[in-house]
Amino acid sequence: MLPSTFQGELPRALQHLIERERAADAPPAPLPRRHFLKVAGLGGLVLGTFPGLAAAQGAAASTAPAALKPTEQPLSFVRIAPDGEVTVTINRLEFGQGVQTALPMILAEELDADWSLVRSRMGSNDGAYVDPRFGMHLTGGSNTIKHSYTQYRELGARARAMLLSAAATRWSVDVATLRTQAGQVIAADGRRLGYGELAEAAMALPVPTTVKLKEAKDFRLIGQPTTRIDAKAKSSGRQAFGIDMRLPGQLTAVVAHPPVFGARLKSVDDGAARAIKGVKAVLRVPLDRGAEGVAVVADGYWPAKQGREALKLEWDTAAVEKVDSTRQLAQYRALVKQEGPRHFEADMAPLAKAPRRIEAEFVFPYLAHAPMEPLNCTVQLTDSGAELHVGSQFPGVDGLAAARVLGLKPEQVRVNVQMAGGGFGRRGLFSSDYVVEACEVAKAARTAGLSAPVRLVWRREDDIQGGYYRPMHLHHARIGFDDRGQVLAWDHVLVGQSITEGSPFAGVMIKNGVDNTAVEGMRDPYDLPMRLTVHHPKLNVPVLWWRSVGSTHTAFVMETLIDEIARQTRQDPVAYRMKLFGDQHPRHREALQLAVDRSGYGKKRLPAGRAWGVAVHESFESVVAYVVEASVKKGQAVLHRVTAGVHCNLVVNPRTVEAQVQGAALMGLSMCLPGAAITLKDGEVQQSNFGDFVVPRITDMPEIAVHTVPSADPPTGMGEPGLPALAPAFANAIARLTGKPQRQLPFQLA
Amino acid sequence: MSTLNVNGQAHTVDADPATPILWALRDHLGLTGTKFGCGAALCGACTVHLDGQAIRSCVTPISVAEGKRLTTIEATTDGSDRVGAAVHAAWVKHDVAQCGYCQSGQIMSATAFLKSLPQGRQPTPAEIDTAMAGNICRCGTYARIRAAVADAARALA
Repeated sequence: MLPSTFQGELPRALQHLIERERAADAPPAPLPRRHFLKVAGLGGLVLGTFPGLAAAQGAAASTAPAALKPTEQPLSFVRIAPDGEVTVTINRLEFGQGVQTALPMILAEELDADWSLVRSRMGSNDGAYVDPRFGMHLTGGSNTIKHSYTQYRELGARARAMLLSAAATRWSVDVATLRTQAGQVIAADGRRLGYGELAEAAMALPVPTTVKLKEAKDFRLIGQPTTRIDAKAKSSGRQAFGIDMRLPGQLTAVVAHPPVFGARLKSVDDGAARAIKGVKAVLRVPLDRGAEGVAVVADGYWPAKQGREALKLEWDTAAVEKVDSTRQLAQYRALVKQEGPRHFEADMAPLAKAPRRIEAEFVFPYLAHAPMEPLNCTVQLTDSGAELHVGSQFPGVDGLAAARVLGLKPEQVRVNVQMAGGGFGRRGLFSSDYVVEACEVAKAARTAGLSAPVRLVWRREDDIQGGYYRPMHLHHARIGFDDRGQVLAWDHVLVGQSITEGSPFAGVMIKNGVDNTAVEGMRDPYDLPMRLTVHHPKLNVPVLWWRSVGSTHTAFVMETLIDEIARQTRQDPVAYRMKLFGDQHPRHREALQLAVDRSGYGKKRLPAGRAWGVAVHESFESVVAYVVEASVKKGQAVLHRVTAGVHCNLVVNPRTVEAQVQGAALMGLSMCLPGAAITLKDGEVQQSNFGDFVVPRITDMPEIAVHTVPSADPPTGMGEPGLPALAPAFANAIARLTGKPQRQLPFQLA
Repeated sequence: MSTLNVNGQAHTVDADPATPILWALRDHLGLTGTKFGCGAALCGACTVHLDGQAIRSCVTPISVAEGKRLTTIEATTDGSDRVGAAVHAAWVKHDVAQCGYCQSGQIMSATAFLKSLPQGRQPTPAEIDTAMAGNICRCGTYARIRAAVADAARALA
């Protein structure tokens, strides 16, 4: 069930998505010139963009300033203070991926700012901060740099042009005689003025309608290895995250969630909870998916948690489906044999007479995102509306959901985006589950006479058991091929819950009954005669995108099967892939060749007991190839060395790209290791914390080297593409050692 | 009422003696640099030093800390502690943090480890891994953590 809160946000977003689909591979369009406006009120030079302005101008140009209402105050992207400090607002959530540094780098490049004076700040659900291509507030799909590269360059270039004009007026010289460098305007005679000295005068000037952007060869910041803006704060405990919010009088809520998704309460005995010192209220609250819960509100986390655990609750689970992983697998296997919607069609007749055949089943479990910062949201109710403090990937969607719960107009809710301790998809969902929960608690607390701000904090157990998992999947493949590895027919069935079904994205993502987020990564780039049948069973387990989404499983299936065909036909796995790529996929070729060259594959002799593994996969418009070295020790698969070849076009910050590939590779590895599974029994999730939902530790980390293919083409995504190819590369090495293909995650060696 | 010596200062905390140190630090004293990750001594995000030993503050009650010295990330990296300053500098140099949420705990574990080594002795890669194995980083910064710990040890030699 989706809340009916998307008016305003989603129609526009969907329109953008549909347009984008139509435009297919069209490059990101620069912002329409009229989106740029100069705004006053913050001191210094401020540039902002205003969505909705285009429509307003279409009606009547003179109404443009009125379009700033009712948002009350225009928000800026760049502010130059009198002391020269440049503050860049990022239109995304920073949760580790480095956009808080990369976006200011892009803007500062065109501004010719002094990098040592550049700061950054987080945005909000203000309309200025929508993704310029999606038209909604969104951090996801590895889109930030891809979609905002031109936007932030143009913002920087316009600010620079205005500073130049101000200096020309001050000195009474032709603007063409002036240049800029590191935060200063420099005249032909050597006179200099700092940006801070010019900022106020620049404010009085019109924003230029056109600006010339630099050529890539003139970049001084973009492409330079640059330390994160937040490196010092994050290495000293001084970086505040959403969970660190401390408002005057603030209370903390811990909520008892039902043991089975969607269950309601039968009875509540809160006597013991209320007796705990510091507990202020025990409140029944409606939860996500029609469930009910009990919130214990206290003057700190510890009494709230103690109170929550002292509750004696009886749950009514009669009306909800109780999923059981064992039964679910049997159900999925039965579905494989049934007809279903087709994503690809091909002639399957050659299958029966193919000289060689593979029949393979793959099983992937549910996975929790488990970001290190437990989910939290602070809600402050005021006379005029509500203010939320939350590390959100969808602050616009969350603001609308909050407005619905709190009975407010959308413009009465302000969402202040907070630094988040990871997310991997869990902080961006259409149901806004934990944001709605926080608002329900704040509303119930106010009804109970508590008007203080309320900070909802999930225990780690709530995070592991609270749902919105990467869906469980079953793949079934029957492949016919010849002795040269030529695939004659590939009959493939994929079973898994749809992520977008029932969401506002369904109309765009689900075509002919197939959710694109489930099948992305299948077949391509290989030109194979594949028939792909897809089943999307409905189950009472909430599912969501998980870093790299469909490619978390499709890359594994494709790259292990391609490798197996190479093995069975005695072909080198690199040479076989290169043959399949032909000259149609130069980025795949270059990425793989780079990984091969830098790893020593085919040249270096490996220590006894080690084997090479190879995989390559494109996701989010970037290609990542891995060449790995692995072994089996005491019955466990061990990953020793990883060499990455990356093609993401132009690299904005090489240090960030390296970090993102290292991190995504480790998350890919996390899927392979024992304990990386969420399972259900009688409707209840069986894991609860890092003791039984196991994630990698430093002792699991391989040596890893990341290499990028040089390119000046507009940058593509890097938050996710490092993940998909790691697990299949590792599996391919293990298969070469054991002679037995790995066809499930986590690995099963025994 | 409990009296806690935190970063060289005495604080009175009005909380149940069974309250974990983590929540006394975060909710009573406003020292939010120490992080809540799991509440079960599984992830290391809450690591602080008790009389110089790295402990998990999410499961250690404040009663245990009475009469002892607690040190948190705030004091370890403010420049007053030679080892902590070297670790902080190495963390920045290697740009270790991604989301950064676990890094307070990582730095507290690394600092306690380096202080446990005889002056000038360089840790082996295996020793670094063992010392840091109690701290989870979901972003996968482990490669840079290894490099930063080794670098800090060299700087301290």
